[in-house]
Amino acid sequence: MADRLRSRTTATLAGDFVAPHMRLALFLLLAPALLWLLGLIVLPHVDLAVLSLRTRVAPRTYELGFGNYRTFIDEPLYWHTFVRTAVMSIFATVCTLLIAFPAAWYIAKIARGRAKSLLFVMCLIPFWVSETVRTLGWMILLRESGVLPRLLVELGITAKPVELLYHDTTILVGLVYTSMLFMVVPLVSALESLDDSLIEAAYDLGGNGLSILRQIVIPHAAPGIAAGSIIVFMLTLGNYLTPTLLGGKNSLWFTEQIYTQFITRFNWEQGAAFGFLLLVLSTAIVWLGLVVTGQKFGDVMRRS
Amino acid sequence: MIPSLPRSLVSRCANIGYVGAFFVFLFVPLVVVAVFAFNDANYPAPPWRGFTLNWFVGSSGGRIGLFGDAPLVKSVATSAIVACWVTALSIAFGAANAFLLERARFRGKTALSMLMLAPLVIPGVILGISILAFASRLAQFANDFLGIEIDFLRPGLPLVVLGQFSYIVSIATLTIAARLKRFDITLEEAAFNLGASRRDVFLTIMLPHLKPALVGAGAIAFLMSFENFNTTLMLVGSDAPLTIMMYGRMREGASPVLNAVSLFLMVASMLLALALLRRPERADVSRALP
Repeated sequence: MADRLRSRTTATLAGDFVAPHMRLALFLLLAPALLWLLGLIVLPHVDLAVLSLRTRVAPRTYELGFGNYRTFIDEPLYWHTFVRTAVMSIFATVCTLLIAFPAAWYIAKIARGRAKSLLFVMCLIPFWVSETVRTLGWMILLRESGVLPRLLVELGITAKPVELLYHDTTILVGLVYTSMLFMVVPLVSALESLDDSLIEAAYDLGGNGLSILRQIVIPHAAPGIAAGSIIVFMLTLGNYLTPTLLGGKNSLWFTEQIYTQFITRFNWEQGAAFGFLLLVLSTAIVWLGLVVTGQKFGDVMRRS
Repeated sequence: MIPSLPRSLVSRCANIGYVGAFFVFLFVPLVVVAVFAFNDANYPAPPWRGFTLNWFVGSSGGRIGLFGDAPLVKSVATSAIVACWVTALSIAFGAANAFLLERARFRGKTALSMLMLAPLVIPGVILGISILAFASRLAQFANDFLGIEIDFLRPGLPLVVLGQFSYIVSIATLTIAARLKRFDITLEEAAFNLGASRRDVFLTIMLPHLKPALVGAGAIAFLMSFENFNTTLMLVGSDAPLTIMMYGRMREGASPVLNAVSLFLMVASMLLALALLRRPERADVSRALP
């Protein structure tokens, strides 16, 4: 009895699985994780890579090679869209950061007590609602017969309603709006951990707003800024709904090209190559962001 | 700067003005959607023509309200069914993963825990196409070599469930593992010393401790599944979930019935959110937000 008890306690205490029945338990715990990661993540992506290396040379005949990637380089439309998507995503990320930072500062440092938690929850609320609904709201606000053009006419700013949808700026507004939460939350938690007395000390030592921001606030908040930026960039790059609905027919977004190849043209090999390029770009930027700010992937994901 | 430092009146006003404008920016699109669900016009645009409930309950005069629009109601039901499956699978797999990460020791655990976070940095569209391509290959293989047709590997709801599950389970794992980490292991030892069986310890000590995280992870999984668009778009078959249905209609043109269904969604998700935030363990939930 005492023996059994001890073996139980050591097993839970040390948490390791040495005895044969513990090996079985480990295997049972590993099975779902492996099933998920191999079946839905690793193998499908390996398959996607293989698929992207097959080029269609004639109906039902394929050749192994980089043909699909060559098409990407040879066809200006494709790589223009790719570059455009990347540049606009970077731009959207910067805008999101600049807009979110003062708001996060207010919530973390100036608001107190109930007001503080109320403001924080108010930041979260719009994001409990589907992105489709939020985009619908922007469409009703901005289209030619919509709320904002009418308001401009009534205020006498424009003579007749102007079309505010279907511009690159519209896409940018939509992307910034959609990403806001993912920037505000990490920024608030990073700024909250900054001790007020550091700012007071800097002020007493003659620092002004700008130098305090540059030398104390930003270095301290860097992990939060990096975490927010990485997630916003990744989500923007992979967004489909906002560019297609707010940008209309003339907008080009790389996820749209992937959709066209896969679903409309049924050219899966080309679509797989595009998908892989997007994945590489996304991973590269995330990795770069981590290296530049000297952070660990796991910490960043847990923080956000 | 911070309140303890001298601030001019101007900078104080500028602060409040900025925060006010920020929240207007956040809420205006939602308010507009809600308001035009009640406008008595065939198009969701100003001017205001009077209050009506036609877009919810109407069934005549060319106005089919939300509750009379059979395809729309069906798509809400489809989304709910998918979300239930994703929630159940995510909680089950997430809990198993949490125990694996917090309790087990084995080689390659760090690598495995990194891999578990990977789905969160893969764009949703790519998760969708890779699962679509892989499932089709498996189906083709089964057809060619075994001569059987496996329906659930073709685009359709089972693949949608798998696609959404593939990344939502990462979030469930993080939430549940964070809670498990805070578990005081001496409680378990005390129970064993007092003669409790493994099953008793699990049911009376472990499960109550994990419950807030399980509920929180479940609610987040349900919401994320309900709102998912990117992954679903690539895997959907003939039964469209709500987001796909709304997207299709938004491309065709505007109708206030879309505002009505949006308002319905807003109210439902607000209620779910408030129910969660009222719980004492709110810290778990807000931390687990993506």
